[in-house]
Amino acid sequence: MSKFKKGGKKELPPISTASLPDIVFMLLFFFMVSTTMREVTLNVKVKLPEATELSKLEKKSLVSYIYIGEPLPQYQSKFGVAPRIQLNDQFASVGDISDFIIAEREARDEAERPFMITSLKVDENTKMGIVADVKQELRKAAALHINYSSRKGREE
Amino acid sequence: MSRKVPEVPAASLADIAFMLLIFFLVTTTMDVDSGLERRLPQWVEEENEEEIDVKERNIFAVLVNRDNALLVENEYAQIEDLKERAKEFMENPTNDESLPEKEPKDIPFFGEVMVTKGVISLRNDLDTKYGTYIAVQNELVAAINELREELAKEQFGKSYEDLEREEQNAIRKIYPSRISEAEPKKRN
Repeated sequence: MSKFKKGGKKELPPISTASLPDIVFMLLFFFMVSTTMREVTLNVKVKLPEATELSKLEKKSLVSYIYIGEPLPQYQSKFGVAPRIQLNDQFASVGDISDFIIAEREARDEAERPFMITSLKVDENTKMGIVADVKQELRKAAALHINYSSRKGREE
Repeated sequence: MSRKVPEVPAASLADIAFMLLIFFLVTTTMDVDSGLERRLPQWVEEENEEEIDVKERNIFAVLVNRDNALLVENEYAQIEDLKERAKEFMENPTNDESLPEKEPKDIPFFGEVMVTKGVISLRNDLDTKYGTYIAVQNELVAAINELREELAKEQFGKSYEDLEREEQNAIRKIYPSRISEAEPKKRN
């Protein structure tokens, strides 16, 4: 039965790690390419509603985001629990939206401006009152192309 | 003179690469942003908007109240039925008197076709939940998308998404996405 035990004293050769950096680099490049960095830290809780008829936001550079939702627990002592608007990194009021849109517009090339999209990331439990106000402001600022951000829901 | 340059050790290369890899792993968010795309109407300066006369039969009125209940064409309705109702309204296959009128239009690829004059009117309360509002919007958009899809299959034998731009535009003319949103009623 010792057929398979040839030279029991031979040590197992160590696995060569020379190719390890190559493998890791491959993974690294994959993640570098597929990464999109988070641009803002959310100060509000946003649980997006579900929908089925989604269209993708193709060009990230043309999108400006407006977040609406309850402030996170650490801000609630200061800002309360009523849904608030967040633009960039700060809480904002409805009146700040037109300034925000103008600033966003200034930051883009002139050729790209007509294709700008405003993405509304609104918590599903928010009341429509604040959303309606935001929409009015967007109309005033002539940012008419909007996208109600939502999660992919199940198909019936 | 010609001293050999010592070889750079490559043993730490893996560590450096790992560090970068972990950094990107942590900061990565893979999700693609997607959502319901809509266009808002132009802002009109004064509130004395000209009342555009639209016949009652051409309006598909959807109301959402503060308790997230639906009123479709003056009857209570469930959100599950909304898509079928909207499709029936926009298509009007039997030229029903109570459903919207149609007018003949010349459309490329199709020739002269009867195009509906129907408008979907959506009105919600200030206290309506955003989730419900999106669900209703979603159903209405789904109704129009399904009609377009059916027409694309029938006319071109292809899915709407695979059509050329001109063909899509032609179909969009037959089934326009006419969803008008009235401003929520202010309560005193």
